[in-house]
Amino acid sequence: MTRLFVAALIYVAGLASAPGVAIAANSVDAPDTMAERMKPCTICHGRDEKTGRDAYYPRIAGKPEGYLFNQLRNFRDGRRYYRPMALLLENLSDQYLRDMAHYFSTLKQPYPPPEPMASTPEEIKLARKLIDVGDAARKIPPCRECHGRELMGTQPFIPGLLGLPRAYMIAQFGAWRSGGLMRRQSMDCMSEIAKELTVKEANAVAAWLAAQPVPAHTGSGVGLSAEMSRRCNIAQLEEALP
Amino acid sequence: MKPSLFIVVSFLLTGLGVPPDLSSAPAVQEKAVSAAPAPQTGAKPVAKAAGAGLLEARGAYLARAGNCMGCHTAQGGRPYAGGRSLSTPFGTFVTPNITPDKTTGIGRWSADDFWKAMHEGKSRDGRPLYPAFPYTEYTKVTRQDSDAIFSHLQALPPVTQNNPPSRIKAPYNLQPLLSLWRTVYFKPGVYQAEPAKSAEWNRGAYLVQGLGHCSACHEERNPLTGTWSIEGGETLEGGQIMGSNWYAPALTSSLEAGLTEWPVEEIVQLLTTGVSPRATTSGPMAEVVRHSLQHLTKEDARAMAVYLKSLPESKPRPKANAPALTEQVRGWLQQGADIYKQHCQDCHGDLGQGVPGIYPPLAGNRSVTMTPPVNVIRSVLNGGYPPSTAGNQRPYGMPPFAQVLHDGEVALVLSYVRNAWGNRASLVTTAQVDRSREGMH
Ligand code: HEC
Ligand code: HEC
Ligand code: HEC
Ligand code: HEC
Repeated sequence: MTRLFVAALIYVAGLASAPGVAIAANSVDAPDTMAERMKPCTICHGRDEKTGRDAYYPRIAGKPEGYLFNQLRNFRDGRRYYRPMALLLENLSDQYLRDMAHYFSTLKQPYPPPEPMASTPEEIKLARKLIDVGDAARKIPPCRECHGRELMGTQPFIPGLLGLPRAYMIAQFGAWRSGGLMRRQSMDCMSEIAKELTVKEANAVAAWLAAQPVPAHTGSGVGLSAEMSRRCNIAQLEEALP
Repeated sequence: MKPSLFIVVSFLLTGLGVPPDLSSAPAVQEKAVSAAPAPQTGAKPVAKAAGAGLLEARGAYLARAGNCMGCHTAQGGRPYAGGRSLSTPFGTFVTPNITPDKTTGIGRWSADDFWKAMHEGKSRDGRPLYPAFPYTEYTKVTRQDSDAIFSHLQALPPVTQNNPPSRIKAPYNLQPLLSLWRTVYFKPGVYQAEPAKSAEWNRGAYLVQGLGHCSACHEERNPLTGTWSIEGGETLEGGQIMGSNWYAPALTSSLEAGLTEWPVEEIVQLLTTGVSPRATTSGPMAEVVRHSLQHLTKEDARAMAVYLKSLPESKPRPKANAPALTEQVRGWLQQGADIYKQHCQDCHGDLGQGVPGIYPPLAGNRSVTMTPPVNVIRSVLNGGYPPSTAGNQRPYGMPPFAQVLHDGEVALVLSYVRNAWGNRASLVTTAQVDRSREGMH
């Protein structure tokens, strides 16, 4: 009985090539775009930052291209450690990682609203001093020297500091401090600075940054001073970019 | 314990007919030539023999066919400087430095020393090597090809790098045991051609059995496993790859990865680009495609395909039974179907048809219905991209679901895809998924 019915359907489908007959497969839409190719990434790096079951998933849209490329290479080559990403990237070429970095750097996504400020006045003072003035005695330049006057990053290697969740920044500082595998390769300038910061300072800075609104024009700045370029070994990094 | 197929084959072939010129230079592509390292200044006599550059280029090509760099390079490390850990049930092997550094590499070796390693599996000082170095296959390589590879390695920039020693568990660390194993299971011998077959087939067999060392993973019982288990060690089920949660399907079974029914062109496409209409590569096979197979000349890739297609059907492994479709099983499959619709259908299609060369079909796909189901569990937990290759530079990928689906949901959706659209295979259990999560390396 059912067999007969199915046979009849096939017959009908064959005759009229009617769309939507239960037997015919709906063709899968796989456009030749980066967006389609990046579906494995957006399961975690969606439109919003989110806390996953195993980790904090940072936003990647709109970050400087060179910065993203370095991070992707770090994950693939075991210099920044997060296993699910390392497995995804393990057999991909540098060129494909550059294409991914380019794609995500040009993606515009709205920023989340600032987190409520939970710091004491003393913590705010501490944070502002490091961000605006630095601490020459410990060779810590002001954060703005590298991360841009507006703290929105400097093309093409230095990421912005606004619009990042406090928890994510604290985790990054922790990873730099514990040295080890995290981000060892490229930008030692940042890990050197992070190692100088005390836990109290790192927490204060992260809390202050997370509570700032993101300026309306969200582009990153250009032009790092010669001294900072040297410190971060920018010339060597430029070789890896197209 | 059955001796391995490899030994039977080598017995059968030894002394049959006159070998054709197997090591006749493959048409070295321009790419291979330009990829050859620049000669170092100072380290070599200034006036090089005219042919030396060509020999090195051929050696570079052959070293790729053997994927020497894959094992002898640590993740993100200097090429050929060793330091990659290979974890096996017998302990962790750390690959040695094979750059021409005089103290930490093989800078003091002669071509004869190197031949002894490739052909006899012995180090320069005579120490028998562990078959984690696949000399059980490389022994089939001709002397000329061995010399070419050696000249390529000697032309590399020397890297001074000491690697930590291998940590081999007792009793496998005992040299007498290794020697015993060698006398029983290892017969050195260059590949001997089968005169009844074409030159192309023989070239393919030479590459597959020798440098390609495919049987190191794809053989049901590789020699190491067979013997070590006599000595009381763990046995590896089927082609489960040492120390990893991947199962290498049999190349001689139409239920697994046998290629008898494939057109030669599709086999070539899979080997050299990593994707094909019927299957895509992932995991260790994607790595082999990326580092080795994609660099083969068209002729060599075709020769391998012709040989692989000709492999006879072996007795299929017993399959775990497909479930009877009781009321309860139907209920589970329906739950699996719902998960499929929500998370998988966008790419793999409502009838598991996929998109050729982009998203693999799941209907009629042997990797999907294979026993044991370790590879499909891995696919769903970890996702993955096929390799970037010249023929498929920006592959499409599969998202990891380890953080999205619970073990029970992974088991349900896989049970469904293994029993939908004409597929029939055993159900996947939550416990199997859980085990894979633990052993995920
Ligand atoms: C399973 C979830 C997951 C998937 C899938 C994933 N990521 Fe990530 N990604 C993370 C997490 C978690 C981090 C932060 C890791 C850390 O703290 O170091 C991260 C960090 C990054 C960073 C660094 C961000 C920064 O500001 O430093 C980049 C770039 C990135 N991912 C890109 C990608 C791309 C491209 C893909 C797809 C190929 C991808 N990710 C897939 C979870 C994921
Ligand atoms: C000398 C230049 C320099 C200075 C000064 C500097 N940074 Fe950085 N920072 C960098 C670079 C470069 C990176 C990117 C690191 C990488 O590529 O791994 C970075 C990255 C970061 C990140 C990670 C952002 C992300 O999206 O993952 C944070 C957070 C950060 N810096 C905070 C600070 C703070 C706070 C200060 C001031 C105390 C500071 N930085 C001062 C160069 C600098
Ligand atoms: C599957 C991984 C693997 C592959 C592929 C591989 N090797 Fe090795 N190789 C090893 C391991 C492991 C050892 C160490 C064995 C031991 O110490 O007993 C080794 C040892 C050697 C040695 C001996 C070094 C010494 O100091 O004694 C040489 C020479 C060598 N390999 C060359 C090669 C060449 C040439 C190729 C490619 C044709 C190659 N290997 C491919 C894993 C590999
Ligand atoms: C964004 C598209 C996409 C989605 C969504 C997706 N897959 Fe995949 N799937 C792929 C691609 C691409 C591959 C090939 C990956 C590789 O070669 O490494 C693949 C491979 C597989 C394989 C291995 C096939 C083989 O031949 O070895 C299985 C099984 C699988 N997917 C099942 C699923 C299931 C079950 C889901 C839902 C839970 C799912 N996929 C969701 C794209 C997708």
